[in-house]
Amino acid sequence: MDILDIIKPENQVFCKTKLMTDTALSYCPGCGHGTAHNIAMEVIDEMGISEDTIGVAPVGCSVLAYDFMNIDITQAAHGRAPAVATAIARTWPEKYVFTYQGDGDLAAIGTAETIHACNRGENIVIIFVNNGIYGMTGGQMAPTTLEGMRSSTSPYGREIESMGSPLKMTELIANLPGVYYVTRQSVHTHKHARKAKKALQKAFENTRLRKGLSFVEIVSNCNSGWKMTPNESNIWMEENMFPYFPLGDIKVDGKLK
Amino acid sequence: MSELKLMKGNEALAEAAIRAGADAYFGYPITPQSEVIEYLMTEQPEKSTGMVVLQAESEIAAINMVYGAASTGKKVMTSSSSPGISLKLEGISYMAGAELPAVIVNVVRGGPGLGTIQPSQADYFQSVKGGGHGDYKLYVLAPASVQEMADFVEDAFDIAFKYRAPVLILSDGLIGQMMEKVYLKEQTPRLTNEELIEKHGSWAVTGRKNRERNIITSLDLQSEKMEARVHRLMRKYEQMEKEDLRFEKILCDDAEYLIVAYGSSARISQKAVELARKKGIKVGLLRPITLFPYPKQALFELADQVKGILSVELNAGQMVEDVKLSVEHKVPVEHFGRTGGIIHTPEEVLEALEQKIINNGHIRHHKTRESSIL
Repeated sequence: MDILDIIKPENQVFCKTKLMTDTALSYCPGCGHGTAHNIAMEVIDEMGISEDTIGVAPVGCSVLAYDFMNIDITQAAHGRAPAVATAIARTWPEKYVFTYQGDGDLAAIGTAETIHACNRGENIVIIFVNNGIYGMTGGQMAPTTLEGMRSSTSPYGREIESMGSPLKMTELIANLPGVYYVTRQSVHTHKHARKAKKALQKAFENTRLRKGLSFVEIVSNCNSGWKMTPNESNIWMEENMFPYFPLGDIKVDGKLK
Repeated sequence: MSELKLMKGNEALAEAAIRAGADAYFGYPITPQSEVIEYLMTEQPEKSTGMVVLQAESEIAAINMVYGAASTGKKVMTSSSSPGISLKLEGISYMAGAELPAVIVNVVRGGPGLGTIQPSQADYFQSVKGGGHGDYKLYVLAPASVQEMADFVEDAFDIAFKYRAPVLILSDGLIGQMMEKVYLKEQTPRLTNEELIEKHGSWAVTGRKNRERNIITSLDLQSEKMEARVHRLMRKYEQMEKEDLRFEKILCDDAEYLIVAYGSSARISQKAVELARKKGIKVGLLRPITLFPYPKQALFELADQVKGILSVELNAGQMVEDVKLSVEHKVPVEHFGRTGGIIHTPEEVLEALEQKIINNGHIRHHKTRESSIL
C-alpha cells in the first residue's frame, strides 16, 4: 500500500478532532488538558451540537481554551465561569452551555459561584479539571493539593493543621438537589479517556433533556508543576490522587450512588 | 402604552428596563436600591416580555452573569449601591476590556467601608476615574430626577451598544428613594434571537453557525496586541467626548457666579440659584449629565464670564478636581458638600457660595496677587 492509498478517506482509522483548531496547544507535553479538550470537542461534534454550544473558559492554564476549541467561547474572570454560564443558559435556554475550569478557579476563588450555580440546578455542564496545583502561575498550592504535597507555596508539603484539607468539591456539590449528574474521571490512558468521554456524552445529553446541572471532574496530572516526567506524574496520580479522589460516578440521574 | 405614574426612582428604573426591551437583570439586594430587584421580581417580566430576572448569590456573581449575557449580545442590566459596586469593579473592568455592552446602576450611599445607607455622591472618583483595574473609562450618566432614572435606562443601552462598552448610571439614595411623577414610554419589543444574531452576530457568542467562531476575552498575552486593544478603547472614549457629551446650562447667560453640580446636588443647587437671584445675585448652574465625558469646554468658556465657581457635591470634594482641571486656574474654584448621608439644603448651598466665593477676600486677594505677578 503506497501513501496515496493510505491517505484515502476509506482507509482512515483516526483523524484529528474536527472541532479542535490547528493552533498548537499551549499545554506542557504530557499534560492531560489536551486530551480533556479533545474528548469534549469529540462529544460536541458527534452530538452535532457545535453550532448550538457556547463554552466558558476560565482563568488558569485553560484560559486559552478558545484558541483550541473551534466553537463560540467567552472567557470569564477567575472563578466566575458558573455565573457567566448561568446567564447564558438562562437567556439562551435552547443552547448547550459548558464551563471548563481548573481546581484553583472552581474550588478556591470560584467556590461561591460553583456552589450556587449547582444549587440552582442550572442547565449547564461543568468540566472540572483537577490536578491539585496552580499550573498557570507556576505551581502554587491549590485547594485540592494533597496532604504533604509540595508546591511553591507549600514548599515543605501541605500541612493540614495550618492549610486545611484538600477540598472534595465534587462530593460537596453532589449533595445539592439541583445537581443531576456527578462523576469523577481521568484521561491518562485510552481506557480512562474513553470512559471520561462517555461521561461527557451523558452530561451534554442531560443538557439536551433539560435535566439540570452535570458535573464532570477529570483528575489530571501536572507534570511541570509536580516536577515529574509525564509518565512519573501519571503513576504518581494513580498512587496518590486516586485514593483521595476516587474515580467513578457519584450521582446519576439525580440519585447519589 | 405610555403612562404617567407616581413612582420611586428605583421602581421607575426597573420599569424602564422592562419597557426598554431588556433581556435580563441580575442583581443582589443592597440598600438603598433593593426596590429595583423587588419591583422586577414582583412584576415578573419573564411572563410578559420574556426578560430574565435572577437574584444572584453576590454582587460578584451578578456582574459576571451580566458579563455572560452581554457576551451573547443580550441587553442586560444590574444595579447595586456603593459597597456592591466596589465588588463589581473586577467584572466591569473585564467588560470594558472584552468590549461588552451592559448597563450598571449605582444608587450611591455614603462611604467608605460599610458607610451609611443614606444618599451620597462619594463614588464620583470610582465612577469616572476607572474604579477597576486597567486603562478604561465608563460612560457615566447622572440622573437628577425620577424621570431621568427612567429615561436614562434606554439612553444607557443605546450608548452601550453603540460603543460595545459598559455604561454606568450614577444615581444616589435620594433620587432612588424619592417619589415623583414619571412618564413611562411604551414597551419596546425585545429582539428575537434571530434579530439579535443579525445585529450582533459579528461579535457575540451565540453559537458558531454559518460563520467563524466568535471569542469574547480581555486577554492579550502579546504586548503589542494588548496595546492595540487599549488604543481601540481610547478611540471609543474620544468618540464619546465628541458625539455623546451631555450637560445642561441653567441661567448661565448673565451669570456672574457659577455652581457646578450633578444628580441630586444639581436639583438642590437649582433651588439655591433661584434663592440667589431673588437676592439679586446672578448665579448660574452647569449640570453635567454625563460625568464622563465631562463638559470641559463649556466650563472653560464659562470661566471667562464668571468671577468664581462652586462645585456642590454630596462628598468631601471629588468632582471639584475636574472643575479645576477644566477652568485651568482662570477663576477661583471651591467645593461645598456634606458627607455621611447628610443632604445640603438650598440655603446652605447659597450660604457656601456667598462665603467661599462671593465674599471670599482671600480668593480675591490671591487673584490680585497672582495677576500682579503676571
